[in-house]
Amino acid sequence: MKFHTLHVLVENRAGVLSRIAGLFSRRGFNIESLAVGTCEEAGMSRMTIVVLGDDAQIEQVKKQLNKLIDVIKVSDITEQSTVARELALIKVAAEPGETRAEVMQVANIFRAQIIDVGAKTVILEVTGDSEKIDALETLLRQYGIKEFVRTGKIALLRGQKAIRSMK
Amino acid sequence: MKTGAKLLVESLQREGVETIFGYPGGAVLPIYDELYDAPIRHILVRHEQAAAHAADGYARASGRVGVCLATSGPGACNLVTGIATAYMDSVPLVAITGQVPTFMLGNDAFQESDITGITMPVTKHSYLVKRAADLGQVVKDAFYIAGTGRQGPVLVDIPKDVMTAQIDIELPIGRAKLRGYQPTYEGHALQIEKAVALIGEAERPLLYVGGGVIASGASEEVLRLAELMLIPVATTLMGLGAVPCDHPLNLGMIGMHGTEAANYAVTECDLLIAVGVRFDDRVTGKIDAFAPNARIIHIDIDPAEIGKNKPVDVPIVGDAGKVLQSIIRRLARTEGREMWLARVGHWKEKQTVKDGEDGLSPAYIIGEMSDLLGDRGIVVSEVGQNQMWAAQHYCFRRPRTWISSGGLGTMGYGFPAAIGAHFARPDETVVDVAGDGSFQMNIQELGTVVQYNVPVKVVVLNNMYLGMVRQWQELFYDRRYSYTELPAVDFVGIARAYGVDGIRVEEKEDVRPALEAAFATAGPFVLDFRIEREANVFPMVPAGAAINEMIGRRQR
Repeated sequence: MKFHTLHVLVENRAGVLSRIAGLFSRRGFNIESLAVGTCEEAGMSRMTIVVLGDDAQIEQVKKQLNKLIDVIKVSDITEQSTVARELALIKVAAEPGETRAEVMQVANIFRAQIIDVGAKTVILEVTGDSEKIDALETLLRQYGIKEFVRTGKIALLRGQKAIRSMK
Repeated sequence: MKTGAKLLVESLQREGVETIFGYPGGAVLPIYDELYDAPIRHILVRHEQAAAHAADGYARASGRVGVCLATSGPGACNLVTGIATAYMDSVPLVAITGQVPTFMLGNDAFQESDITGITMPVTKHSYLVKRAADLGQVVKDAFYIAGTGRQGPVLVDIPKDVMTAQIDIELPIGRAKLRGYQPTYEGHALQIEKAVALIGEAERPLLYVGGGVIASGASEEVLRLAELMLIPVATTLMGLGAVPCDHPLNLGMIGMHGTEAANYAVTECDLLIAVGVRFDDRVTGKIDAFAPNARIIHIDIDPAEIGKNKPVDVPIVGDAGKVLQSIIRRLARTEGREMWLARVGHWKEKQTVKDGEDGLSPAYIIGEMSDLLGDRGIVVSEVGQNQMWAAQHYCFRRPRTWISSGGLGTMGYGFPAAIGAHFARPDETVVDVAGDGSFQMNIQELGTVVQYNVPVKVVVLNNMYLGMVRQWQELFYDRRYSYTELPAVDFVGIARAYGVDGIRVEEKEDVRPALEAAFATAGPFVLDFRIEREANVFPMVPAGAAINEMIGRRQR
């Protein structure tokens, strides 16, 4: 069992997300993360789905996804050279003074932005791969995380290679 | 200018739709108003579930897309079982539902239900049509999706204001355009080469054929391959009729209630050629013990079925008929499978005929029916013991003469499906083999057969039990018949009340005359056979056991 990253090109229509989520739930596949948005071609969306499973399960996930009429293309990009990012927003308890300075230092090291400062809190914005965000979260926990939100992973193949609807 | 409803009806005509099964209601009144003078026959059923089953029976008997129509909310919801039944058996169906007007969608309006959401897991695809201008293209796409690739049901949900909208539009011309949907029909050349090599080398090959062969019209190819290479054939419940029952190479049905020959053959074969099947648990039993020593070639139009339940050596995605043709073209006639054929023949011979010694046996009734109908019957079944007895004892010689809910096992399916089958093939004698439990699940359709004089013969194998459940209780729950006993019902009396003739039969010698009387009647007929109450379906493989571990006779 390991995490696989699937890149799914779909028609940008009402109900598509529901079809895909429904497929996962009723077949007992577990979605780790799912990110979706419009893409360079009108009428299409790109999805990045992270799913845990062994080879046979992932094969079945891909085949079942391919059966959906609104799915144009499914690629497992786990073994390919990709760039992948997640975005997280973290609200940390940081009283003015020493604590806040420390939090800002940590933010700096992780190339996170401070995007809001309150009386007793700051909000950090960080992008990166899952491990980086996990690491930052762990570090900030000692100060007290008030709220934490992260997007699913998004990914693209490196270089010239591209996943497109047309050959 | 025309209304959306008019455009819909024109679109249906363009798809060649002649018959629709449906039930009117508020949200579909504009469509019904158009149907009033359209050259499409509408059959008014008594329950929407029956509309879906009838359209399904129509599709299975004809090979064309069946169409049903229901109103919003409860009407649409009542279609769900029928849609799910069609989905599990890959039956091409277009279900059209009315919906509350677009401006009321999501408001919990009167008779609103999110039917696209409800049916999403049991449709091949679905549409909620929000603009009348889209209707023509949606209908084109819906029929294309339903009837191609691995066939299945498609839902088209149409809000009432879309039906009444005035639009100035011509129907879309040409084919459906769906960039995400391109079924594969031709098998991969390299895989076909591998299959040819394996078939040539095998010493104990077995063909395992299912509903995909019926859907693809590949019966002839299966038979040609079997005869050319001397390969015995086992068919699934859904594949009955793909090979003539009395063909020497046909071993009969495989699986939980399959024949000894088929179940032993799959256990001993060294090559399994699976065509249009999905390795269902009712066929395989314990999956590891299914074809344990065989290499497997799997031919299926749906890539997701290949390797889903059982690893496969040679996967071939494509249309069964086309793939088999490519394989046959590359094969030379074989000899020297005498040992294997003799072994298989030995199992076939020693198969016990399970005719009842005591009382009116279902095997006898189905046997007589088979004998009388010969080649002119379509047998539709309900679900349960009646279904298995029909499958075991009727001699199916042609494809599309056996219509039964295999995947979902829907009680109440048979009677309405038989009505649909009649409208698809009016020249055939259509028989619904029923149990007393199943028949009562859609018995109200007696009203439909009277209204349209549908000459369906209902053969009720009446044991005053939910027979198959009782059989499981007998075998696996220490004969504790918890809520499976049904009080005696006067089916002939009910039939007469609707205006259908019928006979009750209690003695063996009355079986044949009663069947003859039914088949000689021009209209519908109900036969109430009071069979022995605790007759069982044997052989039987207990759920989860290996396929060759069959229980053969009554355990008392």
